[in-house]
Amino acid sequence: MSSRVTLAVAGRVLAQLRRDHRTLAIMVVLPCLLISLLWWMFEDLPGAPFDRVGPALLAMFPFIVMFLVTSVTTLRERSGGTLERLLAMPMGRLDFLFGYALAFGLVAAVQSAAAVGLAVGLLDLSIEGPVWLLTVVAVADAVLGSALGLFVSAFARSEFQAVQFMPALVIPQILLCGLFVPRPALPAVLEGIGDVLPLSAAVDAMTHLTRSSSTGEVWADLAVVAGYAAAGLALGAATLRRRTP
Amino acid sequence: MTSAVEVAGLTVVRGRREVLHGLDFTIPLGEVTGLLGPSGCGKSTLMRVLVGVQAGVAGTVSVFGEPAGSRSLRHRIGYVTQAPSVYDDLSVAENLAFFARVLGEERAEVERCIAAVDLGDQADQVVARLSGGQRSRVGLAVALLGSPSLLVLDEPTVGLDPVLREDLWSMFHRLAATGVAVLVSSHVMDEAERCDRLLLMRDGVFLADGSPAEIKRVAGLTDDADIEQAFLAIVRRSPT
Repeated sequence: MSSRVTLAVAGRVLAQLRRDHRTLAIMVVLPCLLISLLWWMFEDLPGAPFDRVGPALLAMFPFIVMFLVTSVTTLRERSGGTLERLLAMPMGRLDFLFGYALAFGLVAAVQSAAAVGLAVGLLDLSIEGPVWLLTVVAVADAVLGSALGLFVSAFARSEFQAVQFMPALVIPQILLCGLFVPRPALPAVLEGIGDVLPLSAAVDAMTHLTRSSSTGEVWADLAVVAGYAAAGLALGAATLRRRTP
Repeated sequence: MTSAVEVAGLTVVRGRREVLHGLDFTIPLGEVTGLLGPSGCGKSTLMRVLVGVQAGVAGTVSVFGEPAGSRSLRHRIGYVTQAPSVYDDLSVAENLAFFARVLGEERAEVERCIAAVDLGDQADQVVARLSGGQRSRVGLAVALLGSPSLLVLDEPTVGLDPVLREDLWSMFHRLAATGVAVLVSSHVMDEAERCDRLLLMRDGVFLADGSPAEIKRVAGLTDDADIEQAFLAIVRRSPT
């Protein structure tokens, strides 16, 4: 492990993003537009349903966007030869992974600050807990998305395949996280599965923050998300082979 | 020590197929060694073995007295794959600066290497907008960072303008003159004459190993013949 190399990787990833204005705009503006759309959809309904689905959405965006961005960028590193070059240099695999996690964590912080600012400031999403903690959950969520995306990129031969992993790994988590049907109302098997999925923990954390000012449960959920992210990074590290066939 | 690389009984298996069949060779310091052979004969695999990124390797491969791929060797080898292996969406200088930071090299080293491949005027251009030849020179510049003592270059001159090719070959010889071991692969036989020493390869074995003049003599040809004729003569004479 070397902080010099980790920072070099993070700086380089950010420099690449800085040059890609369109991707950057999509990452920051798109979640805001979708949250606005959702708020508009529910506007005329009674019982403030936006307060129920809004938090789940705030948990979902960083996860999905970072999953896609990371799986495609790492795949490009693998197929373009830059990963092989880096592994032939004095670079540790964890330097590479943490560099990516750091860069995308930063982008996620900006992304969620924009989304949270919009939801709380303009769209009147009521939040009982501290707003900064909402952003922390979003960053943990983004790192989780990055970790899974990185792992998945090892099994994709093309960018096309990498994108196809999204429905396989992400959509079941969205369906079972409690957004559509509250988890206790699901059939027992699905409830059990839903309870252990990482996105459910992230959504729970966000929901707690909107309903109560106690933060104990939030930290517990956050620990689950962080644990999954660490496991994802470890699996990702295992797929970065210095020697390949 | 006069050899940068010493290899004995090198065999490589990829999938179920053996692609290199028991090679023995050395690569001397201070010379330009050419690895020549048709596409698919195993040149790139051999180079990957020396750099330590190839799996399925048997036999002894030592680089500067240590097993290939050792951590301590990673500062001492410059490697360019057939793809330029640089970031298309960054500028030339940004690419070099990034790899220099990974290697822990100074800023000045970035400018030196950009100048060495004659890309000073393009330093601030994004790599994606450069021509193919310029792009592969960016890859070469990265390999020169930190003045490695062994350069492993996989087809660095393919598709380049003849004037530039000439320039690169003189650079390889200048580097060799400072004691660097330079290994250059090519499938273009007319580059053979530019090497101090040749390893002629076909289907995972060496047909010949020596200076261009020695190889022609072994093939039973005179000095004004070219290496392509020598290659053919040796292939026709061999039992398979």
